Amino acid sequence: MRAIWGWGARLAGSWSENKGGPWGPSGGGSGGGDGDGEGPRSPWGQPPRRRRTPGGPSNISSIEDFLKKGRERFGGRFPNQDRRPYWAYGLAIFLLLWLLFTSFHRVGPQEEGVVTLFGRYSRTVGPGINFTLPLPIESLERVDTQIRSMSIGAEQGEQENLILTGDENIIDLAYTIRWKVRDPALYLFNVQDPEATIHQVAESAMRASVATVSLDDAIGAGRGEIENRVQALTQQVLDRYGAGVQIQGVSIRQSDPPDKVNDAFKAVTTAQQEAQSYINQARGYAQQVTARAQGEAAAFDKVYAQYKLAPEVTRRRMYYETMERVLSKVDKTVVEAPGVVPYLSLPNPRAKAAEGDQR
Amino acid sequence: MSPVLRSPLAVAFAAIMLLIVAGATFATVPESKQAVIVRWGRPMRVVNPYHPGVPFGETGAGLIVRYPFMEQIVWIDKRIQTVEMDNQQVLSIDQQRLEVDAFARFRIVDPLKMYIQAKTEENVAAQIQPILGSATRNELGKRQFAALLSPERGQIMSNIRAALNRVAAQYGAEIVDVRIKKADLPEGTLESAFQRMRTAREQEANATKAQGYKQAQIIRAEADAEAANTYAQAFNKDPEFYDFYRAMQSYDVTFNPNPQPGQPPQGKTTVILSPENDYLREFRGRK
Repeated sequence: MRAIWGWGARLAGSWSENKGGPWGPSGGGSGGGDGDGEGPRSPWGQPPRRRRTPGGPSNISSIEDFLKKGRERFGGRFPNQDRRPYWAYGLAIFLLLWLLFTSFHRVGPQEEGVVTLFGRYSRTVGPGINFTLPLPIESLERVDTQIRSMSIGAEQGEQENLILTGDENIIDLAYTIRWKVRDPALYLFNVQDPEATIHQVAESAMRASVATVSLDDAIGAGRGEIENRVQALTQQVLDRYGAGVQIQGVSIRQSDPPDKVNDAFKAVTTAQQEAQSYINQARGYAQQVTARAQGEAAAFDKVYAQYKLAPEVTRRRMYYETMERVLSKVDKTVVEAPGVVPYLSLPNPRAKAAEGDQR
Repeated sequence: MSPVLRSPLAVAFAAIMLLIVAGATFATVPESKQAVIVRWGRPMRVVNPYHPGVPFGETGAGLIVRYPFMEQIVWIDKRIQTVEMDNQQVLSIDQQRLEVDAFARFRIVDPLKMYIQAKTEENVAAQIQPILGSATRNELGKRQFAALLSPERGQIMSNIRAALNRVAAQYGAEIVDVRIKKADLPEGTLESAFQRMRTAREQEANATKAQGYKQAQIIRAEADAEAANTYAQAFNKDPEFYDFYRAMQSYDVTFNPNPQPGQPPQGKTTVILSPENDYLREFRGRK
């Protein structure tokens, strides 16, 4: 009998200590209010009041009695039966707080809450203050429903994310998946580790899509189409899993040839520009040549029109005017006598050439 | 001692016992788990098993009752799980070496069978993983490398999935999906692929340049031809006058030391004129 008492007391003592965490100070602070110097003060000591609270639950009081008994045995004292059950109030406060904290839930503006009743899905609640039954019965799990993004592929300076294209070339691709939770219940209950799943499915879809296009499309014009296809394919696969996830968009951040061949790709760009500059130069030449031809032809036409009106006069006039312009600016020697061979000093071959030209 | 003092102890003791028994009797089964109830080591029944198409809230999840202490609960995940296979070396039928990452997704659809055959989900995954590797190798080994990069890929996947499902069914699991995540060229092949890409680009660069040069040539020639045509049309009206007209222009340019303003003098010209020259006809006086 004594053994059972002692065990019970220890058990109760430890139990009340465990539970006492939040309300211990209030109980302890008022402890030993009536201490009249009889031995060490017990933290569970009570001021002299009537032991039983009228109308209080008898069960709690019984436990209190039992507890006190045990405590006193521990302290080696005789029971003082006129003690007040402070700890009972504490327990009541604790239960109240428990109810309060596990029944009311604040769900943020970008969240939804999934309520389960004994583990079974009950309902999904929106943002705001929500009421559920207290914890062991109902529980609420919050799910973030705002758009999240996930980056796949190399950031600056990291290892390249190489992908094979349809024409067996290789590109370095980096992209971002934007997604959000569409159905929180599905998101929580249907797939283990949904984020990793989205990552894997998107990566697989991206590789499958890139494998159907050529290198040039993957780098250039086909990017938009790849994005759309990856989004559709990822969504389709995730829907088949029932992941409760909505893929908002896929955007290719970077789609380049790998570093090791980048120079060769740049050389192509250079070649294209070079070719373009050849063509531009040729076009310039062409415009110049045709314009000049048109100009000269037009000039000739004008002169010819005048010439037609008075051929002989015009011809002589043009001849004299030209000769005048030419001969007025050059050194002239007129050799009068026939048969005389003048001595010519030829300063340079050009002069001689000019002479030959003249003749 | 009064009975009032004695009874609280008994009540508390009873309450604690009751709690222990209640804990051993009642259990909550969440939506994400299936429970196999095992009595003395023998699986008795399944709670919240997977049934396709049953909405949450109408499944078997919730509060359950079992015989305390006699029956244990074995929890088995109800959600879709993943098995991954990394860096599997695969040789295609045209002797191309590939490094393949794949994943399979499965769900335990028969928890009882799974519990008897494999005890835990981890064991199931461990059984599926090597099969995933060998099925992938077999399937890809039957095909050309290029098939991997084509819509045929889907067919490959469903073949692997079928092979995998045969094994998974023995463990009460169902393969939901098999996908190839990566199919990469291994290090050495990668280098030669880069080399191929480089040479292809160099070829493209040269071709582009040559094309540009060709077009430029054509444009120039066309312009020359057009100019010639323009000249011919104009000058052909009177070739004799053209000869004279052009000669005059030519003398102007040839003998003028400053043919155009801003250009340096083109050298000194000395002309020796014979009196017979037509220009000096009048200079000689009429005879």
